[in-house]
Amino acid sequence: MPAERLLLLGVNHKNTPVEVREKIALSAGYDEPLTALKDVKGLKEYYLLSTCNRVEFLLVEQPGMNVESAIIEFLFGKDVKEDDARNYLYILEGQEAVKHLFMVAASLDSMIVGETQILGQLKVAYRHASKLGCTGPLLNKLLHKSFSVAKRVRTETLIGSSAVSISFAAVQLAKKIFGNLQGKNVLLIGAGEMAELAAEHLVGQGVGSVVVANRTLARALTLAQRFNGKAVSMDELVAQLENVDIIISSTGATDIILYKEDVKSVMRSRRNKPLFFIDIAVPRDLDPQLNEIENVYLYDIDDLSSVVEMNRAGRDKEAVTATRIVDEESLKFERYYQGLAVKPTILELRRKVEAIGAQELAKTIGKLSGLSEHDRKHLEKMISAINTKVLHNPLMYLKADSCMGRDNRDKKVATIRELFGLGE
Amino acid sequence: MEELNYLLYISVLGVTTVAMAAYLVFFISQNKAVRKVARAILVSSGVLQTLYIVSRYMLTGHTPITSQHETVIFFAWATTWAYLSFRWRYTVKNFGTFVAILIFCLVFISSLAHRDVTVLVPALQSAWLPIHAGVSLVAYGFLSLAFCGGLMYLLLERELKAKKFGFFFERLPSLEALDQLNSHCITAGFVFLTLGIVTGSVWARQAWGTYWQWDPKETWSLITWFLYLVQIHQRLTVGWRGKRAAVMAVVGFLSVLFTLWGVTYFLGGVHSYAG
Repeated sequence: MPAERLLLLGVNHKNTPVEVREKIALSAGYDEPLTALKDVKGLKEYYLLSTCNRVEFLLVEQPGMNVESAIIEFLFGKDVKEDDARNYLYILEGQEAVKHLFMVAASLDSMIVGETQILGQLKVAYRHASKLGCTGPLLNKLLHKSFSVAKRVRTETLIGSSAVSISFAAVQLAKKIFGNLQGKNVLLIGAGEMAELAAEHLVGQGVGSVVVANRTLARALTLAQRFNGKAVSMDELVAQLENVDIIISSTGATDIILYKEDVKSVMRSRRNKPLFFIDIAVPRDLDPQLNEIENVYLYDIDDLSSVVEMNRAGRDKEAVTATRIVDEESLKFERYYQGLAVKPTILELRRKVEAIGAQELAKTIGKLSGLSEHDRKHLEKMISAINTKVLHNPLMYLKADSCMGRDNRDKKVATIRELFGLGE
Repeated sequence: MEELNYLLYISVLGVTTVAMAAYLVFFISQNKAVRKVARAILVSSGVLQTLYIVSRYMLTGHTPITSQHETVIFFAWATTWAYLSFRWRYTVKNFGTFVAILIFCLVFISSLAHRDVTVLVPALQSAWLPIHAGVSLVAYGFLSLAFCGGLMYLLLERELKAKKFGFFFERLPSLEALDQLNSHCITAGFVFLTLGIVTGSVWARQAWGTYWQWDPKETWSLITWFLYLVQIHQRLTVGWRGKRAAVMAVVGFLSVLFTLWGVTYFLGGVHSYAG
């Protein structure tokens, strides 16, 4: 009797071109496909992850079943031949699957290694699957473990702290200039997405207040509300420069909106406190000559990209450490998983033998008469002694360490189950 | 005594060199364990310098700040302890490396001057000697820290402005921290410098009969003092900071060095004892 199989099937940005991924991506949310999968025979536990870069199935197969073809058909539809589909797909089993899941959770398999979104996506996917009752004890354990592995990687390596992104680079530079960002004020010019993201990072670092300036005041107001800040019109721009420290500009304007003279005039009333300008607009919003003013630092999108490049180099080292952590944890899980197979067998075996003893004892006592309490106790003792002695060798056999380093626990479990007729 | 004195000097030289080497290793590797070792070695260097100055005091019978050698060693001692006292209050990333290099330079320069014990000229036989010279050199200690901070500021500022992130970018603290350091050290140094000039003036009244006689050393001290005064004043009134303040810290320190050596060698005057 073969044990259940842990399988992972998936496509990601590495193996599969975007045209294929587009077709597979589950755009309608999780609930529909998860429910549809309930019809697939042989699926014991499963969960599904879909992001813009990957679609992955993690499943536990019922013993003796093979669900690969069914899942492939589910993913690619009937139009794609299975052989073609297999070219795009990776299918991992057992420990390999565990390791892959941990790599994904720890953001080591991401397109942007170290980005933090993936863990959130994983948690959402898991929540859906567990809500619909698709996961069982093994996947519950495994997914929770993957969250803690991700956390361990994040705390023990620097991989997360130097996530390669423009907004991270902006925060890093701001820290080099201001040291502590607490109490520093941010001005967003234009309400673009990139600016919003960068502002979010800065707020995460504890900046004081956020001011939003936008051509349409309504949009500025909505964004300002998000950060508990205030909205101003574009005419107030120069006046605002007196109170803010970090300026992120991303308007769609075709011309320069802030000139060197504008900023220079403000520096005196600012008492020369540094100003950090980030211009992520293309074409640029800010006069490149701003950078020539003392205590003013101007970075455009290309300058930030070079900081991003610098971070990338340092991160490779961290990835090695992170991968080691993942290896370690997947090995630990494998050991746990193995034990899981032996332990229920031991329990079942013990229960079966004890049940036989108790049954026969009851039968015998029914037929005997005039048995004293003392005699009864002795009979019971005898039965339990026989049970223990009969079980001794099979249990030792099950619990014994692998022989000559070869792991044959699965086989041993199968043998015992067959001999004692367990699970029937 | 003379042997012990010599032995102490050799160990100061050795230990300071090792301290600087350890700080350099830390600066390059950024290994925290190395920093701990480097710091411990620097503290031992500070202790040895103290012992050396004490033994020199016992050897010469007066406060050892009269010859060129003694002055520079005292300068190194002041810098070391100014740094350690500072470090004790708050840390500035990798500041120690720059200071250790400076301390090493001073100790090394002291080894170039002769170590002979000179007989004190009558004018210097006064209780004012340790006060005036000691306070002045402690001022120099703090001002030399400001110099290191200014140098670090300029290095980092250059990389930030040019957007070329090299060796120093990762290893230096924030501009803000360096500017703060600069301001603190200059303020402390300025207070001691003022005290040094005032005590010197009082002593001059006793020794030469006049508070101020425009001797080159006096003049240059005053120039230095004004350089720092302007800087502090401008910071308080119009917010001079950052690059300008860093440049001023470097210029001020060059003026300090000129007052200490330049005046003696190029200008002479009644103040030129150390030589």
